[in-house]
Amino acid sequence: MKALTWHGKHDVRIDNVDDPEIVNPRDAIIKVTATAICGSDLHLYDGYIPTMQSGDILGHEFMGEVVETGSGSTLKKGQKVVVPFTIACGSCYHCGKHQYSGCENGNPADNQDIARELYGHPMAALFGYSHMTGGYAGGQAEYVRVPFSDTGPIVIPDGVEDEKVLFLSDILPTGWMAAENAEIEPGDTVAVWGCGPVGLFAVQSAFLMGAERVIAIDHFPHRLELARKFGAETINYEQTATYDALMQMTGGIGPDAVIDSVGLEAHGLFVDNAIDQIKASTFLGTDRIHAIRQAIIACRKGGRVSMPAVYGGFVDKFPLGAVMQKGLTLKTGQTHVQHYLPGLLDAIMEGKIDTTFLISHRMPLEQAPEGYRMFHDQQNEVTKIVLKPGQ
Amino acid sequence: MPDIADRPYDDAPVSTSKDQDAAVRIATAEAVEDRGDSFAGWAVTINRPSAELYAWWRDFSNLASVMENVEAIDVLDDKRSHWTVKAPGGTHVEWDAIVTEEREGELIAWASAEGADVANSGRVTFRDAGARGTVVTATILYDPPAGVIGKLVAKLFQREPNIQVRRDLARFKQLMETGEVATNAMNPKQREEQAA
Repeated sequence: MKALTWHGKHDVRIDNVDDPEIVNPRDAIIKVTATAICGSDLHLYDGYIPTMQSGDILGHEFMGEVVETGSGSTLKKGQKVVVPFTIACGSCYHCGKHQYSGCENGNPADNQDIARELYGHPMAALFGYSHMTGGYAGGQAEYVRVPFSDTGPIVIPDGVEDEKVLFLSDILPTGWMAAENAEIEPGDTVAVWGCGPVGLFAVQSAFLMGAERVIAIDHFPHRLELARKFGAETINYEQTATYDALMQMTGGIGPDAVIDSVGLEAHGLFVDNAIDQIKASTFLGTDRIHAIRQAIIACRKGGRVSMPAVYGGFVDKFPLGAVMQKGLTLKTGQTHVQHYLPGLLDAIMEGKIDTTFLISHRMPLEQAPEGYRMFHDQQNEVTKIVLKPGQ
Repeated sequence: MPDIADRPYDDAPVSTSKDQDAAVRIATAEAVEDRGDSFAGWAVTINRPSAELYAWWRDFSNLASVMENVEAIDVLDDKRSHWTVKAPGGTHVEWDAIVTEEREGELIAWASAEGADVANSGRVTFRDAGARGTVVTATILYDPPAGVIGKLVAKLFQREPNIQVRRDLARFKQLMETGEVATNAMNPKQREEQAA
């Protein structure tokens, strides 16, 4: 089959590789009909993520048709499914608590050691995102082997267009969980740093959860325009002093809840020996830390800080004193996708949430390397690229 | 394992002691046969009843499916089994293990017989953890031999001895909780290559 493979910094290619097959009983094989390039894929592309191996198949936002099932799968051939980017077993203690991104059983045992050293616990497995999170082949391919297919994938009703539901795989539930973690109360003002896909979905979700006002902060005009379409007020931080603006816009109180979705493009997982490289490239430098620092400083006393933005290593000058002195609550984590799928699919079917506005480009899988280049170089215009294998 | 006067006001498992000599003294006095001076230990919580986990473990021929480096375990009789363990360079090390104590659903202890390539002893306990399942704790005492075999054993136990125990317990947990051992192989052929 054809698949988008990683070979090093700024070197992704379409390769012919072996077709996946059923390996474990609960597996299913999915024929991919639509898959997206995530902002976090750019950090693989830029070579920031350790434990990548040449030839790894990328992609963790995908959906498709079930073409083969193992004896323990509950799926049926011909069904259309969206697959969560987190691989969760459904049987362990964490899955039982619906903390699916804490699943202990998807990551092969010999891939667990690096995160154990860095974080104290191994990470759940993810599709197409380095060997530290399992080394599973991803969805930017014609076919994918999906483990625990009885737990993860959600079956989509017949006749629903792929583009309406594709983002259930990652960014929609991630934006939703970000808003949920902000513990919004009616009348609240919520400030969102970063108007990428997760930030934009967080804006939509915050309004659905009862926020009176949402203030969105970015510097790409097109992305601010999208946030405004959903009813957000906007701040362009390149031309505005963000803290002063937020204070005046909230009558000196500060936002009741703040959401940092700037680092969202980094589902990044960095081991300590990569920190120097990361710092040198300013990836963990002041600019990137700036968003969460600014969010904490702007947040009102007793407010909530939600951080869907992913940080992988260690940060300097984290304003821990402000968190304590102002009595803030900080909530974060990789998305528990499986927990949110049924409710969000309903919201899409009922027309309460639209995700298709995000898609700026569509192309066949064969053009994926060009897609990566475009997404990397033109962040204002390119908000989301959807790849369609077999077209 | 019980805390004794050697370590006042410390309820920590003996294999986590910073004082190796004291730990060995306590362990061999109270719980395991004396087969060495190096410890490996880890614990894992498995969302299954203790009786089920105990029964699976007690059939030692099962263990090779979750223990990365174990080539074969031949059950010789009710108490005795023969272990063949992979070592680098296509070689292997062998020993006979004898069950020294067992309590149904709770504990299995063993010690290597005389003539072992790597002398070892230890115990696995199964403690009921209510709604969370069962806490399985492995404590292994072994005697790293000198010379070539010693290097092989060092390699066998990775950088530090806990890693191998941890990985094996992680696979045990996967199999018991999900019915399968997680693999990122794209097809059966690739899985075989990874296991080789």
